[in-house]
Amino acid sequence: MLQSLSQRETGGFNFENSRRNAELESSLSENGFKGPNPRKTGTTIAGLVYKDGVILGADTRATDDMVVADKNCMKIHYIAPTIYCCGAGVAADAEITTQIMASNVELHSLNTGRRPLVAMVTRQLKQMLFRYQGQIGASLIVGGVDVTGPQLYSVFPHGSYDKLPFLTMGSGAAAAVSVFEDRFKPNMELQEALSLVRDAVAAGIFCDLGSGSNVDLCVISQSGVDFKRGYEQAATRGQRGGDYRYKRGTTAVINKTITNLSLELVQESVQTMDQD
Amino acid sequence: MLSSLSFGDTGKMKEYHYTGAVEHRFSPYAFNGGTVLAVAGEDFAIVASDTRLSEGYSIHCRDSPKCYKLTDTTVIGCSGFHGDCLTLTKIIDARLKMYKHSNNKMMTSGAIAAMLSTILYGRRFFPYYVYNIIGGLDEEGKGAVYSFDPVGSYQRDTYKAGGSASAMLQPLLDNQIGFKNMEGVQHVPLTKEKAVQLVKDVFVSAAERDVYTGDALRICLITKEGMDEQTIPLRRD
Repeated sequence: MLQSLSQRETGGFNFENSRRNAELESSLSENGFKGPNPRKTGTTIAGLVYKDGVILGADTRATDDMVVADKNCMKIHYIAPTIYCCGAGVAADAEITTQIMASNVELHSLNTGRRPLVAMVTRQLKQMLFRYQGQIGASLIVGGVDVTGPQLYSVFPHGSYDKLPFLTMGSGAAAAVSVFEDRFKPNMELQEALSLVRDAVAAGIFCDLGSGSNVDLCVISQSGVDFKRGYEQAATRGQRGGDYRYKRGTTAVINKTITNLSLELVQESVQTMDQD
Repeated sequence: MLSSLSFGDTGKMKEYHYTGAVEHRFSPYAFNGGTVLAVAGEDFAIVASDTRLSEGYSIHCRDSPKCYKLTDTTVIGCSGFHGDCLTLTKIIDARLKMYKHSNNKMMTSGAIAAMLSTILYGRRFFPYYVYNIIGGLDEEGKGAVYSFDPVGSYQRDTYKAGGSASAMLQPLLDNQIGFKNMEGVQHVPLTKEKAVQLVKDVFVSAAERDVYTGDALRICLITKEGMDEQTIPLRRD
């Protein structure tokens, strides 16, 4: 270990930990153990620019391999009053990266005395993600309105970005982008744009196994932000027909001990609860 | 993209050289998802499966049930690799016909189970990637469930879940049908109506949490009157 440190005289990035991680993973799998899997969001996220601003959309399913971990998680994150970010990929990476961005943007905005630009958020994101050489698995769509107008960017885990009028990312990106490619027009009205983003996210929800549950939309325009959490419940759960309540005493009581505490009664109030 | 692997210890780029023959692995199997469930009652049996066929993150078909009728009193549920499911059911159908023509009677559920075990073990070293559950009526008219592993080990059960959501369904069945982990509960025998309702509810829950289960549920109810099928919609996301 010491030998390799002294030999390494080159400057730049140090990725010793990723080599160590790879060795750990292979030695773990030799003994039959699996390293912990980070939870991925599966996901369909989409964004488009319409006449007055930007609309971001996302599904709400988080998966642990192929089991649903969260049926209603929030994938549209706040960055600044008029800038929001959808996150796909590793759930923790997307969440923490956007929180770091939000705090950096606040400080930068106080420093400059100006409202933040979407381009500034994108630049900070890509510089951070490139620094980590793709080890942070966050794919993000950044959208917002600033002094230069409505803007939409996508940022990939390795640090590349694209500025486009409509974007989709995540495992359901292919399903969503096909809807956009069919019906997108520049300068759409709000209602038409809303229904288009809703249809794109719904395509991901139904055609991609990694996405599901509800559609969240976020409309950002000059007049403000309209966060439509739970805009539509695209897939509803079935009704349970039988009654599966357990009667009192179904769980076996093996041992019961009562310990009296010596307390001084200061105040007494009674609240009734449902009893069966 | 230049990765850190292409740089050697000195910091200079490694020279490109041909590493020799590289083996590309082709996998003959695919996992097409799906869940099957069978319950045996006093004089009936139920075999149920979802109807979604998937691969990777995509859906191939929303209407591909995994229950196959073998005889008037026996249904088999097969989940796993769809190619092997289709071939295996064709082979079982052919063997059933051969038996009928040479023995002049239909195979009983127990006989089909024993035969399936030998068919599966015959491919011990290149297995059928199929999780089978047979449900039907035995010679006395009582419900019977036989569950298999991919290479032919089988046993008779009262209830069994197999396929992708089996780990979610089996504990619930253990509790509701086997009365496990409960105390002071009357062991009432399972009625047809209660069993069908339980199967529907259990699949509704599985569709919530397993991405491979959904779209629709096909229930085959086998009684001495014959086989009755019903299809219930499930979550499609």
